[in-house]
Amino acid sequence: MSKQMSGAEMVVEALKDQGVRTLFGYPGGAVLPIYDALFQQDFVKHVLVRHEQGAAHAAEGFARSSGKTGVLLVTSGPGATNAITGLTDALMDSIPLVCITGQVPTHLIGSDAFQECDTVGITRHCTKHNYLVRRIEDLPRILHEAFYVASSGRPGPVVIDIPKDVQFAVGTYSAPRNNQHKSYRPQLKGDAGRIAQAMTMMTKAKRPVFYTGGGVINSGPAASTLLRELAALTGFPVTSTLMGLGAFPASNKQWLGMLGMHGTFEANNAMHDCDLMVCIGARFDDRITGRLDAFAPGSKKIHIDIDPSSINKNVKVDLGIIGDVGHVLEDMVRLWRTQSLEANKSALKAWWTQIDIWRARNSLGFRGSEKTIKPQYAIQRLYELTKDRETYITTEVGQHQMWAAQHYHFEEPNRWMTSGGLGTMGYGLPAAIGAQLAHPKALVIDIAGEASIQMCIQEMSTALQYRLPVKIFILNNEYMGMVRQWQELLHGGRYSESYSEALPDFVKLAEAYGGVGIRCSDPAQLDAAIQEMIDSPKAVIFDCLVDKMENCLPMIPSGKAHNEMILPDMDAQMGSVIDEKGKMLV
Amino acid sequence: MNAPTSPPSPYSSAIGKSNVESHTLSVLVDNEPGVLARVVGLFSGRGYNIESLTVAEVAHAEHLSRITIVTSGTPEAIEQIGHQLERLVPVHKVIDLTLVGGAIERELAMVKVQGKGENRVEALRLADAFRARVIDATTQSFVFELTGRSDKIDQFIELMRPIGLVDVSRTGVAAIARGAAAP
Repeated sequence: MSKQMSGAEMVVEALKDQGVRTLFGYPGGAVLPIYDALFQQDFVKHVLVRHEQGAAHAAEGFARSSGKTGVLLVTSGPGATNAITGLTDALMDSIPLVCITGQVPTHLIGSDAFQECDTVGITRHCTKHNYLVRRIEDLPRILHEAFYVASSGRPGPVVIDIPKDVQFAVGTYSAPRNNQHKSYRPQLKGDAGRIAQAMTMMTKAKRPVFYTGGGVINSGPAASTLLRELAALTGFPVTSTLMGLGAFPASNKQWLGMLGMHGTFEANNAMHDCDLMVCIGARFDDRITGRLDAFAPGSKKIHIDIDPSSINKNVKVDLGIIGDVGHVLEDMVRLWRTQSLEANKSALKAWWTQIDIWRARNSLGFRGSEKTIKPQYAIQRLYELTKDRETYITTEVGQHQMWAAQHYHFEEPNRWMTSGGLGTMGYGLPAAIGAQLAHPKALVIDIAGEASIQMCIQEMSTALQYRLPVKIFILNNEYMGMVRQWQELLHGGRYSESYSEALPDFVKLAEAYGGVGIRCSDPAQLDAAIQEMIDSPKAVIFDCLVDKMENCLPMIPSGKAHNEMILPDMDAQMGSVIDEKGKMLV
Repeated sequence: MNAPTSPPSPYSSAIGKSNVESHTLSVLVDNEPGVLARVVGLFSGRGYNIESLTVAEVAHAEHLSRITIVTSGTPEAIEQIGHQLERLVPVHKVIDLTLVGGAIERELAMVKVQGKGENRVEALRLADAFRARVIDATTQSFVFELTGRSDKIDQFIELMRPIGLVDVSRTGVAAIARGAAAP
């Protein structure tokens, strides 16, 4: 069905046709016509953020927790440039976003007009794709195409830059018809021959490991179910990247915990000593591999990924399978069942014996205290007191993020939202707002640091405006903790600019915004304070004063291999574990 | 078990290694605004080399352009470049003509030479040997046009240098696979 309408009305109509009910945004001169069209309908709910970066992260949190595409609307110039960090974050973590930006009228483009910037030029490198709509005739197609590109294949952010005259122009709108793009058609089914080859490798493996990532989550809940089935059928151990937490239940006995720089001893040693690594929807990122030339040296590697460029990018693999994780896992589970395949059980038994020895090192252990709250203890208590609810966790970036990943345990996919690839401080609060809007009845907690939270603290105002009861759980150690830890590791403990001076009183700050503030510094009172936070119907800032000098361990020091971890019980001289070459790395 | 056997990444092996190869990539793209910027930005953003680049529309009705890129890197890096190009939404097809083998590569150059007397005669003699055509002449100069493989053009320019080379304009490489089929 086609109708005559203005460009601005087309934007809203397309959002309706795409089933978008929540839109994050901030108005401005170049998007006023779209805001006027929004005003005259009530299908799409607009959520007014306080900074465009917040809009992008909120859309990410919404998308990651719901599996839908997140949508944001910002104005030209500073509106667009403020959204860039969130767009880049979504690109790195493969989050589907559609970002609509206003632009100065077409006849002013290139004239350095007020609030003009080259949005498509600037966002070319931080989006999966972008469009400048110069003609009203192209607008309906581009709007629908953007949703297709953002959500299909390896998901990512897409920008549609719409000049103001195009928003006013009248044209013919038509609903989306076919989703086939003329050139962009990602391959979903894996090659049957290669999958068969993978099955043979898996039946022969003596020391196998599943190394899973965010791709399993992106593929949808079915992929997580299939992963659980395949793990149960094969009996192989499972580890995951930061982005993949929740795809496999942490309570399962085959779960090794997270791998990588702050992963568990058992996960990293299993990766190092395995003879078959099955990488499912992960990308061999440098946080995962450690020293590349000592990465899993005796192993054959299978890599399943929807993005062909991920295969053989950082690590050469023996068998690459291009396809959607869900489709490939489905084929694998079916083949394993119908052909009654068997793993090498005696070898697996010996492998598990070895893994249990590594597990016994208890690499996430820490020295408790009755005087100060240990940050790990705070996360453990938070987990124990919230695990039986429908809980969604977001984080900022730093030590607290790694402690959350280590000590909060996830049973389901889409429950964990964190900035993995880009490492964006300020992500957690807006992401929590997005997650809360997607799941109004759920408990949504942003595990934060006192430094990170200040990067997007203005979104407290958004939380209050929409009565979103998000909880901000700050592990306050008065340091940019991860920076401080690296200065200890690399720079002789010279804590250059990493102390959090002049901190606000977070309790008063919460109250100033109209929320609830809670402070706790006594381990004995922690449970009661956390319970008070959970029970509060309002947005809460919880200022948890923790041990100031605690380091995040275990850790693979940069430039080292998986089997060269620093463990908490080693009492290593932190200043001497990284060599000159390692210091060059980040 | 600890022997470091795993080949390092194409990024770490791309610099200063002897197995750097030159490849010609033929990239079929939608002829739309910004598509060249996407391709060029990909190369600069990921630290790949461009030795030569040509672009022009090849199918008007379908709005298709062909970008021919000569790039260099290890075989792993070249494979990665191909996949990264394929990720760009307006890219239809990427063909590594060097891998396909036996592709025909041609470049066009215009070469301005200044001189008098014996040098003019020598320039014309060499141009004749290279099948270069005179497309502009004054009493003191010639502009030659020649097509051929890049190394032939390099050689012609080097010969003209002592005679009185003034200026050179080259198109960069255009390439196509041999035989009846489109690869």
